[in-house]
Amino acid sequence: MKKGINYLVGVFDDDDVLLKAVATVRASGIRIHECYTPFPVHGLGDALGYKRSKLPIAAFLFGMLGTSLALLMQFYMMGIDWPMIIGGKNFTSIPTFFPVTFELTVLLSALGMVGTFMVISDLRPYGKAKVFDLRATDDKFIMAIDLSKNSIDTAEIKQTLSSAGAVEINEKHG
Amino acid sequence: MTIFAVICAAMFPVLHMGRPWLGAYWTLPLPNTFGSLWVNFNSPLLWDVFAISTYFTVSLVFWYVGLIPDFATIRDRAKGIISRTVYGALSFGWNGSARTWERYEAVALILAGLATPLVLSVHTIVSFDFATSVIPGWHTTIFPPYFVAGAIFSGFAMVLTLMLITRKVYKLEDYITINHIEMMNIIIIVTGSIVGVAYITELFMAWYSGVEYEQYAFLNRATGPYWWAYWTMMTCNVISPQLFWIKKIRTSIVATFILSIVVNIGMWFERFVIIVTSLHRDYLPSSWAMFQPTIYDLGIYIFTIGLFFTLFFLFAKFFPVINMAEVKSIIKATSEKSPMREIDTTTQTAEEMAPTASKDQ
Repeated sequence: MKKGINYLVGVFDDDDVLLKAVATVRASGIRIHECYTPFPVHGLGDALGYKRSKLPIAAFLFGMLGTSLALLMQFYMMGIDWPMIIGGKNFTSIPTFFPVTFELTVLLSALGMVGTFMVISDLRPYGKAKVFDLRATDDKFIMAIDLSKNSIDTAEIKQTLSSAGAVEINEKHG
Repeated sequence: MTIFAVICAAMFPVLHMGRPWLGAYWTLPLPNTFGSLWVNFNSPLLWDVFAISTYFTVSLVFWYVGLIPDFATIRDRAKGIISRTVYGALSFGWNGSARTWERYEAVALILAGLATPLVLSVHTIVSFDFATSVIPGWHTTIFPPYFVAGAIFSGFAMVLTLMLITRKVYKLEDYITINHIEMMNIIIIVTGSIVGVAYITELFMAWYSGVEYEQYAFLNRATGPYWWAYWTMMTCNVISPQLFWIKKIRTSIVATFILSIVVNIGMWFERFVIIVTSLHRDYLPSSWAMFQPTIYDLGIYIFTIGLFFTLFFLFAKFFPVINMAEVKSIIKATSEKSPMREIDTTTQTAEEMAPTASKDQ
């Protein structure tokens, strides 16, 4: 491994080529750091061996939290803290609490899920983007390989990349 | 568009509160010094506070999450230092990694799933404000579905009005095709017909209920002093969208534009008919009156239109009007070499038909 060069950046100009290349590169025992694409490429996550996102579970749990908080809040305020006598009707009733409960369930579910997504994906206002190639958000598909995590010879990796269809192979310092 | 429209709509109750800075205590369950008197969770007006604010927040989040990849695209192509800093801040450090895209897709799918029932709930709960009252003409169980259909109907018309201008100005003819416009017009026929059936059902139920006041309210709508508002509404909302059955009209840009404005006018008159003609003659003949808009009423109305267009133009100037990442994936999937071609054309139209399509936002 040469000193100072930490990443090899393969540039592809088609997502189908990239998908096939990911399979070829992984089959030859090279560990891929990450791929960067301008739009979601279906099947890329599977090709890279990523597990399915658990965000739906987060959304469900936050939704349940919203339901519980909404019901607790309404029963506490209307039933315990300040019951109001309105024509002798019940202080609390599930049907009239339903709309607010539904809205808070949806609200907490959406906000909680998006918040989780932002935190685990390290997205935040003024967040610094780790960009290997500026064209990854335009029309090129990027495959980054961390050389410090691969024991295979750099020249051999380059050879594999170009035979898999990379149009450019660049070197990038950490 | 939803977001700007909700901001404008929120102006009305806020300005009518008189002391809007106290509004937070009257609308939200905040601990307070009035002996901890809470808001009344039995009131449809309070349900509305929750429905509209949830709708606004979720729409805002959905809209912004969709914009993040495009902000990153702009950031990476920006030349000036100012635009690079601003779009850099807005893009949240997005770099298009496969892992983030995978999560992004899961998030977008669930947000779309959450936003769809929200559309139904927000219009249902708005209609409860009317339907749970005792005013003749308002106290009807048909209101929730009728308001939902009316909202989709007028929403599509308003989107068409703005989209056709934007399409022309930004030369987006290759992205928003006649096919999309035709599909939207078909939605307008469907929802317009639902609204038409709802109007006729209201008349039938007024007669069938046998309630004198209900019968009078509807007779008064059609033949009373506000007959012109009622018949404008009927013409614009029920008759004019039926012209879209003719393929030539449905695929004509000029006709679509004119009819979309006609529908907007019709839906404005629907609100006028529901609110003004029901209130101007209720149970007590001594309180009967005609409605005279004051200069302040008109001023607030014009102000909200101005506010909407200011926000819309700022959006069109500085933000991407079409989701670039989405278009890229569709262009790719519909290119000649892709075997997915046929399948993807159908998903595209299905997306257009969903009320939560990204252009709606």
